[in-house]
Amino acid sequence: MAAAEQGARTTSQYIEHHLQNLQVCRVDGEWAWNQCQGNFWTLNVDSMFWAVALGFVFLIMFRSVAKRSTAGVPTRFQAAVEAVVHFVDASVKDGFHAKSNLIAPLALTIFVWVFLMNLMDLVPVDWIPLLAEKIGIPYMKVVPTTDVNVTFAMSIVVFLLTIYYSLKVKGAWGFSKEFWAHPIAPPSSGIGLLFAPLVIAFNIILETVAFVAKPLSLSLRLFGNLYAGELIFILIALIGLWQLPLHFGWAVFHLLVVVLQAFVFMMLTIVYLGLAHEHH
Amino acid sequence: MDFNATIIGQTIAMAFFVWFCMKYIWPPLTAALDERAAKIEEGLAAGEKAIAAQAEAEKTAEKFIDEARHQAQDIIDNANKRASSIVDEAKTDAIKERERQLTAAKSEIEQEINRAKSELRGQVSAIALSSAEKILQREIDASAHNELLNKLAAEI
Repeated sequence: MAAAEQGARTTSQYIEHHLQNLQVCRVDGEWAWNQCQGNFWTLNVDSMFWAVALGFVFLIMFRSVAKRSTAGVPTRFQAAVEAVVHFVDASVKDGFHAKSNLIAPLALTIFVWVFLMNLMDLVPVDWIPLLAEKIGIPYMKVVPTTDVNVTFAMSIVVFLLTIYYSLKVKGAWGFSKEFWAHPIAPPSSGIGLLFAPLVIAFNIILETVAFVAKPLSLSLRLFGNLYAGELIFILIALIGLWQLPLHFGWAVFHLLVVVLQAFVFMMLTIVYLGLAHEHH
Repeated sequence: MDFNATIIGQTIAMAFFVWFCMKYIWPPLTAALDERAAKIEEGLAAGEKAIAAQAEAEKTAEKFIDEARHQAQDIIDNANKRASSIVDEAKTDAIKERERQLTAAKSEIEQEINRAKSELRGQVSAIALSSAEKILQREIDASAHNELLNKLAAEI
């Protein structure tokens, strides 16, 4: 499939084309498509479309089961959905010991949604972009989790929730203590008192870096894995006929990545929020 | 890797999905799961109870069967005893009857003998008398010696 295109495009153009989001922004009071370099008020339409569409796939799938769920004998589909719910529930109970109505649904949403978004990576890389091109859409990136905006948005939500629950559970004072009183307890008497400001400064720098690293690593881990996977699919698609066995091999391997990254994102969300609920 | 307003859009989308999940998906599903778990637990407990009840029933049944067996044995024993006592009774009855018949036969025979003896005695005395009559007809008046002759007949 790549061969026909290569007539018109060089290899690097092909790759670039596949990694380009469909973007829209306002330029001089008009909607401009894909001329938005450096403009923050740009929307990646394809990422948003697929993310929201897959989110609704999740909602509809699970809601249809939730509506009909009874304690009786489940249908096969119901059993499958319930298995996912049960799995997430068990993970939450493992990693989170406080009581919260939000954390479990949050974990379920993250797990299934990220899984579905990752799963789009297994659709052969040219199918949807070619179809889109046929109906006049120049760019189409179908895996939302290869868009750093998407993964960052999710990690920011988790980050904000972490701060919110930290403040709620520990109070402002307790939360601030996590920054200046750990990991080295500042000396509180005697000659050591002279060093207390130094220790506190050290603690604050260390803990702030660690705190900010959490959402950063959370989003970049997911983004990096999926972006790399997508890139390799694109490179495999470039090599002609031999792509078929290679594609299959990589897809099988990637299947692990798809599930694992969804699980890791969910698990870390649970852990971070669990830490926010914990008293020292 | 340029950041743009997609972050905001995605954040809003995520908030909506999480809210929807929290409101309409998680509670009914977990409620159903918990309810089913409770049901299964109940079912298992009921099964265990039923097994125990069955064992109990088997024990009771065995007791009943044992009792019945004992009763049957008793009945058989009684019947055997009764039968042997009936046989004994019959035996003693038979022996008594035999003795009774034996004595009756003996006394009848004795009577018969006595009757035959007395008859014989009569006949012998008659014969003796007649033969003596014949002998003495010429010499002795029958009437004179009648007394003597009667004495003789009685002696015989």
